[in-house]
Amino acid sequence: MSWPRRQSKPRPSKAKGATRQQSTSSRKPASAPRSGASQSKTRIADRFGAYFSHHRTTAIESLVRLLATPVQSLLTWLVVAIALALPTVLYLGLVNIERLGDGWQGSPKLSVFLHQRASDEAIQKVSDYLLTKPEVAVVDYISATQALDEFQAYSGFGEVLETLDSNPLPGVLVVQPEAAVTAAQLQALSEELRAHAVVDDLRLDLDWVRRLQQIMALGQRLVLALGGLLALGVLLAIGNTIRLAIENRRDEIVVVKLVGGTNAFVRRPFLYTGWWYGVGGGLLAWVVLGLGLWGLSGPVAQLAELYQSDFRLQGLGWPASVYLVAGSGLLGWCGAWVAVGRHLGAIEPT
Amino acid sequence: MIKFDSVSKRYSSGHEALSRVTFELRTGEFAFLTGHSGAGKSTLLKLVMLMERPSQGQVFIAGQNLNRLRAGQIPYFRRQVGVVFQNHRLLFDRSVFDNVALPLLIAGYQSRELARRVRAALDKVGLLDKEKQNPIVLSGGEQQRVGIARAVVNKPPLLLADEPTGNLDPGLSADIMTLLQQFNEVGVTVLIASHDIALVRQLGQRVLTLGEGRLTHDGVLRSEGVTP
Repeated sequence: MSWPRRQSKPRPSKAKGATRQQSTSSRKPASAPRSGASQSKTRIADRFGAYFSHHRTTAIESLVRLLATPVQSLLTWLVVAIALALPTVLYLGLVNIERLGDGWQGSPKLSVFLHQRASDEAIQKVSDYLLTKPEVAVVDYISATQALDEFQAYSGFGEVLETLDSNPLPGVLVVQPEAAVTAAQLQALSEELRAHAVVDDLRLDLDWVRRLQQIMALGQRLVLALGGLLALGVLLAIGNTIRLAIENRRDEIVVVKLVGGTNAFVRRPFLYTGWWYGVGGGLLAWVVLGLGLWGLSGPVAQLAELYQSDFRLQGLGWPASVYLVAGSGLLGWCGAWVAVGRHLGAIEPT
Repeated sequence: MIKFDSVSKRYSSGHEALSRVTFELRTGEFAFLTGHSGAGKSTLLKLVMLMERPSQGQVFIAGQNLNRLRAGQIPYFRRQVGVVFQNHRLLFDRSVFDNVALPLLIAGYQSRELARRVRAALDKVGLLDKEKQNPIVLSGGEQQRVGIARAVVNKPPLLLADEPTGNLDPGLSADIMTLLQQFNEVGVTVLIASHDIALVRQLGQRVLTLGEGRLTHDGVLRSEGVTP
């Protein structure tokens, strides 16, 4: 037994057949009057076409709905934007500090200061000897002249140095150890070098590099923790906004359920709304950050100039910007999920 | 099409809305469901469209035992049952066209086919020229006809109506009934809950009468015949 009128009546249109099969397939698979590969292929194509076009219209409608109440939407977008901008600013700060310290980033280095009167051959010999050691990866020789140039460029004391008659700086061998080398091995190497005739002094840049790395790691943790907390805030803020939207559209939800709307169908516009809240907030955060950077870049450049540095503030860059906006959209979507999961089940037709 | 097998419904409040109701409505039949308010008419209709589940007994629709239907299947089941509500439950945030199009949108129709069917349904209820209007500006009778168009736009084999003439004057009520009969003539099984005994009697169709949750009468009401 089945829906009898359905079975016997010929169906002129493809789309009709497609949806009919979709809506009854769970109950009467054998009663489809038409069969054949090409037919069912059309139906499947139709069904997917309708599915995607519904997604598209729902997405657009949700956006139009948000734009219809611009002030309210803008407020939500601002909340999201501020919550996202805070951790992003911290992240940018970290990135820029890391860049500032690029010269001494990475593995610890051993600076070997050479006697002023050491001959080039002697220096070359020490350098060659160092390269034979398994602990050593790279040896850079910075001559006294090069050192002076570099010091003039980066220290901020350039003009002071010009007043000096002779170069007070020694030549340096910068030894970069292999990554796996332990602190104890480095200690042993430096003891060995100290005994060498051309070596005046030695500095193992171990402690402060470690400290800096530790501070950076702490900073990253802080950014992560703060980011996590604020992301949760965004999730809840959007969830709450969606909860209100659900309440406002209660009648519609009831009617949709009465005429056969699945939970997915009911959920869809709210998920898209959450997504738009997230994306809008992400874009706004990006704009706010851009404006902030633009405002800061002038003073930072001037400050850098005072230190005779060509350091410039670095912005987010494209990949990170895309992550920011897409991640924000995802957050909004998740917030909507939470709200919809909690409140939609409670709305049933009575 | 509809078969009730000693169906009882007891609400959690303890009130027994239906007790051991048994009847069958064959495919293509037209019947009224009457009784005083609180007699169980609404509960019976709610059981048919799975807004409620029976406490005892079984309901079969088109041979399908509704007790065996999982929650996830309910939406697909409801697409096969057109329902006209007393308060018509139209959405006033969209046009007449969009109201009628809703079931088709849910069922996944493409826009061209959808528009064709919506216009056909609106034409059938005589409101083709009002498709762009908001239903709030329409009269009560017109709103009810929009509700009917929405119920039949998906061409369901079964049409339920809960007091479709509840708030209408006699002339409009007769129009609505005639319209519902026209759908029956093309093969749709129709069940109408109504307390408008005069109108029901006039139409000379099968009448199921409920009294305090029990089926007290099943058959055609004659003009001088049984009073429910």
